Amino acid sequence: MTSLLHDAARTLDATELAAVRADFPLLSRTLRGGRPLVYLDSGATSQKPEVVLDAEQDFYAQRNAAVHRGAHQLAEEATEAFEDARDRVASFVGVSPGSLVWTSNATAGINLVAYAMSNASLGRGGAAARPLALGPGDEIVVTEAEHHANLVPWQELALRTGASLRWLGVDDDGRIRVDELDTVVTERTKVLAFTHASNVTGAITPVAPFVERARAVGALTVLDACQSVPHLPVDLTALGVDFAAFSGHKMLGPTGVGALYGRRELLEAMPPVTTGGSMVEVVTMEATTYAPPPQRFEAGTQMVSQAIGMGAAASYLHELGMDAVAAHEAHLAGLLLDAVASVPGVRVIGPTDTRDRLATVSFVVDGVHAHDVGQVLDDAGVAVRVGHHCAQPLHRRFGVASTSRASAAVYTTDEEIEVFREALTGVRAFFGLEVS
Amino acid sequence: MSTGSMEQLYQQVILDHAKFPHGKGLGAAGDLHLHTGESHQVNPTCGDEVTLQVDLDAQGIVRDVRWDGQGCSISQASVSVLHDLVVGNDLATVDEIGGTFRALMQTRGAGLDDDAEETLGDATAFTGVAKYPARIKCALLGWAALTDALIKTGARESS
Repeated sequence: MTSLLHDAARTLDATELAAVRADFPLLSRTLRGGRPLVYLDSGATSQKPEVVLDAEQDFYAQRNAAVHRGAHQLAEEATEAFEDARDRVASFVGVSPGSLVWTSNATAGINLVAYAMSNASLGRGGAAARPLALGPGDEIVVTEAEHHANLVPWQELALRTGASLRWLGVDDDGRIRVDELDTVVTERTKVLAFTHASNVTGAITPVAPFVERARAVGALTVLDACQSVPHLPVDLTALGVDFAAFSGHKMLGPTGVGALYGRRELLEAMPPVTTGGSMVEVVTMEATTYAPPPQRFEAGTQMVSQAIGMGAAASYLHELGMDAVAAHEAHLAGLLLDAVASVPGVRVIGPTDTRDRLATVSFVVDGVHAHDVGQVLDDAGVAVRVGHHCAQPLHRRFGVASTSRASAAVYTTDEEIEVFREALTGVRAFFGLEVS
Repeated sequence: MSTGSMEQLYQQVILDHAKFPHGKGLGAAGDLHLHTGESHQVNPTCGDEVTLQVDLDAQGIVRDVRWDGQGCSISQASVSVLHDLVVGNDLATVDEIGGTFRALMQTRGAGLDDDAEETLGDATAFTGVAKYPARIKCALLGWAALTDALIKTGARESS
């Protein structure tokens, strides 16, 4: 691979950034009134480079066939491309391909773990699956910073099994209360589910103390890595989590595909969730035995072209070098924070310093609802997300119903953040509020 | 800084109603002979919400509308305008106004005819909203609450 790798001091220079932007066809389109697009909604979904679009196109144009069945050449090539994509994504996050399950998105990955635990709690998977079982008296611990995708599945698992749900709070800076780990995570805790980086505050979670505490009490860790994998070098093996879920579409890949990492021993012990074709060994009218992981969790026809697209996205990011990507985005985080701080009447929900945070900045404009903020920014060509960003409890924690969120990615430029800043400057004035 | 479509969307009438809303504040009907219905509606995509109370008299005339809520200027102004349009009218007229407003939201900003504008009064200012599909729900939040609250008065069948 390229020389950019493992060079922590490196960021993207102007020429490299221009080359990156040229890889994304959509970034050059214009909006209503001929305005250039300033895309600051990568936290919701990223744009896609040509290599990802080509990988999907190439699969359908040249290799399309059913994978893992059929003895003809096309089927072989399709299977090879599908498994090669698994290798690329697995290697990108530092795990073995046998511990990486394709899912339709990250939400599906987290639900897969929760429902497998549900099934284990009913005795499915036998004695081997008992470490995954829960019941009354057991506890599931989440955090107040979670996206609904890493909260609601655990609420439901608690309701199905009789276990209780507890959570770690969030401090005034939007960071998860690591100091509460010792009191909230106890011998009763069976699962500790937490986000690697908040999709609202941009705060990056220090994973080590979570894993350490979970191991000390014998709890399993489930990491929501949706916001970290596209923006930071992530080595899930080094982090030591038991499970991690992330999606393709936030890391420059297609929609409709995500990945669930599970420690191999756990995946081997885990009973299946969705059952049917492609995930079995022997089926008789009386009984069925199941394929080893990851196939055990990949019932039915898979999203082959999307998986191949996600593999291409992982390779693209790998070639840029995640250290360089992270350095560029750390620089952007500083610019976004400065931009928001420079406008009177605007307040950040989340850390206001650049330490351990993404270039994802949520903010409130005093006296103006987020929807109205977003509309005025849109008029300047600036795309941001408005609303509760699927994290209602976190918004409630800060006493707001909604925020506006500017989120950058590897292709975001300093100039775009300046356009955002200028547009934000005009918001309060437009609604007749004092600007000084 | 604006292309002009912002001024079309956020007409002064809307900004004024959002800043100084009419009928805001919940409470009990002053008259025990009135039938009161209440509805709470949420727009799950943005978290905007409105609680609306409507009082009907024995003749089916809307005697009062009270509401509370939080949300964007479009949603809040729309309930304020709704208050002004429906109080004092009979149910048939309320239905006509509500139906015309919903029709306006389907015009993609083109607007309706003069008769419709007559019916809608201040609500004509929401014509520009129909250009922005994501905002139509904001404008209709209060109207959805009114429809539901009228059913809850027991004065009409749910449809």
